[in-house]
Amino acid sequence: MRHLIDILDLSVPEIDDILALAENIIASPDDFADVCRRKKLATLFFEPSTRTRLSFEAAMYELGGNVLGFSEAQSSSASKGESVSDTIRIVSCYADIIAMRHPKEGAPMVASMKSGVPIINAGDGGHNHPTQTLTDLLTIRRELGDFSGLTVGLCGDLKFGRTVHSLIGAMSRYAGVKFVLISPDELRLPEYNRKEVLDAGNIAYAETASLEEAMPELDVLYMTRVQKERFFNEADYLRLRDSYILTPDKMALAKKDMRVLHPLPRVNEITVAVDEDPRAAYFRQALNGKYVRMALIMTLLGLTGKEN
Amino acid sequence: MIIGQIENGIVLDHITAGHGMEIYEVLGLGRLDCMVALIKNAESVKMGKKDIIKIDEVLDLDLDVLGYMDPGITVNIIQNGQRVKRMKLELPGEVRGVIRCKNPRCITSVEQEIEHVFRLTNRADRVYRCIYCDTKAGKK
Repeated sequence: MRHLIDILDLSVPEIDDILALAENIIASPDDFADVCRRKKLATLFFEPSTRTRLSFEAAMYELGGNVLGFSEAQSSSASKGESVSDTIRIVSCYADIIAMRHPKEGAPMVASMKSGVPIINAGDGGHNHPTQTLTDLLTIRRELGDFSGLTVGLCGDLKFGRTVHSLIGAMSRYAGVKFVLISPDELRLPEYNRKEVLDAGNIAYAETASLEEAMPELDVLYMTRVQKERFFNEADYLRLRDSYILTPDKMALAKKDMRVLHPLPRVNEITVAVDEDPRAAYFRQALNGKYVRMALIMTLLGLTGKEN
Repeated sequence: MIIGQIENGIVLDHITAGHGMEIYEVLGLGRLDCMVALIKNAESVKMGKKDIIKIDEVLDLDLDVLGYMDPGITVNIIQNGQRVKRMKLELPGEVRGVIRCKNPRCITSVEQEIEHVFRLTNRADRVYRCIYCDTKAGKK
């Protein structure tokens, strides 16, 4: 039985297969409309995340399956003090697969050790969010075709941004990918990511504080939000919040086929005026999230398509 | 100073000087009824100074814990006053129940019954990380 706790749990061929399956689903949704008939997905959201939860639920419904679960810890037995392990033992009696979000880092891994059904980590605090990474990868693949040789700019909060760390980990495994790390000094990529992932893998990267200078060479610009909840000091947050704001002026510096991604929600780091630019891929990215989750659910359930 | 030979037991040799007491405590040697000697700052040709622990009983030692704490230690098994086995330790791939994760956002901080497990992620720099949250183990 497979789980997805960290994006690196999947090998490169496994990721490629999931992305290929997602593209098949997009091309022929009717072929997959019934593959999860009589299967149940439990969405266990110990902290609210409307967007991710709806994406999982929509994915399961589009595969012909059903959904049960809760959307916040207060509606679950966790509010009575039940452990993650016990909750999972119970829920795995009722569901065929579980998508779980939890505010504590590592909770989905604990769940996977006790579960009788596949566990998908739908976000554990500031730690991992592998289905966001799959979403990012599918978007880049659909927009630009291939990962090899791309120059990927990551901009904003590179220190606390889990989506950035996971995307670097996943894309580092493809040949010729180069990263441009764009952040204020206080929000640089942590040393262990640079040392244990980039340096250890001999991956090309550059660091800069200037988005304008980086723009012309980028194939992908991955914007992130500076998250207030990561700061102990509000003054630091306010000072860094507006470090990078993507505007049409800055977009004018970019390649004609560059793509802008963002895990959403955005606050003000991308102005609304950029939305109309065809290179703004973030809303298409959100839609891809549903398709890639469909492919992931099928993969973890061992389902391949029509014949199921 | 003369510490007598042991007949049947274990000698932990080549302990980094100053680490002997910590190892004594982690292994729970204070709870044993047998004779135990902790020698600090013994002269060593190889190390300059070293600590040595002699235990007058053959125990099941957790070699992974020892390897994590001080991979340079040599474990000697003594039977009838003779050394019958000599083991060199190495860094274990995984350490269970020895290091506690200090990350307040880790699931182990709220669910007490979960075993704290750390995995070796960088052998050259001796980096261990919590398997749940990836936090680096703090100073031992």
